[in-house]
Amino acid sequence: MRAWKRHGRGERARYVAVLDPPEASVLRGLVGQVDDMLSGRSDASPSDELSALTGIRTGPSTAPDDPVLARLLPDFHRADAEGGEPDGAALAAALRSVREPELIEAKRDAIAMMLSSLPAGGGRVELTGPQAEAWLTALNDVRLALGTALEVSEDMPEQLPSDDPCADHLPVYHWLTWLQDSLVTVLLP
Amino acid sequence: MRVHVGQVGRRGGPVARLSAPVEPATTVEELPDELVDVDTPWQTVVWNDPVNLMSYVTWVFQKLFGYNKDKATALMMDVHHKGRATVSSGSREKVEGDVAKLHAAGLWATMQRSS
Repeated sequence: MRAWKRHGRGERARYVAVLDPPEASVLRGLVGQVDDMLSGRSDASPSDELSALTGIRTGPSTAPDDPVLARLLPDFHRADAEGGEPDGAALAAALRSVREPELIEAKRDAIAMMLSSLPAGGGRVELTGPQAEAWLTALNDVRLALGTALEVSEDMPEQLPSDDPCADHLPVYHWLTWLQDSLVTVLLP
Repeated sequence: MRVHVGQVGRRGGPVARLSAPVEPATTVEELPDELVDVDTPWQTVVWNDPVNLMSYVTWVFQKLFGYNKDKATALMMDVHHKGRATVSSGSREKVEGDVAKLHAAGLWATMQRSS
């Protein structure tokens, strides 16, 4: 595919790209995997009668063990940082419990919006502003997930030695980076 | 400090104002923690990470906080070079909301009391 292009201005602006069928397929697959991880986290959290009654959802108070999920759903407070509270772990646990359900919902909403505007067989993609923003968010989450799994660093090379187990996946990560950066460039005011 | 999730600020009204004269020190000591919290501003801190793009982080700061391009870019550069930047501050409720929005955008953000 070529870089994103903007047609028109303001609310009428449309963000256009053409995806090859394999590109669309890879995107749908990766975004779907992130969605599955997030829904799995939701399903694993306790639901009690009180929250069913009040409609106030509470999530788990501990961070996910899985490093990818932990990166997608960070703590609200870093007890180890300068300025950390003495009982920072309790603060982080309480805030996670209150905030995590809506964070998961926001991420899954962005994914759903992206998937609904991504033709399964590839082809022309034409996005409104809100759709383009959902794509940015969802693309970023996929990059966070893949980047965490691949343990990318700031000075990640373009290519890894062919015997590296990550060698096949790194080009996908770099392609997603390019795709996201290209979309930010046309969205930036 | 005790943890009062969502209490600070949400009560609004007179709770959020401690400017009224308070004479005896004993009265101050009896104030519940959440009243004292109101006077201590909180900060939203964004941390550097190897995945988030400089262009995207700048866009997020503009979009979420309404910062102009120069300010958003300067904050992004602080995150990139210094490892962290304070991107907003205010009541605990406001900062909690800002951190939540940054998490939804995929940035690594935390909240802490202003030092």
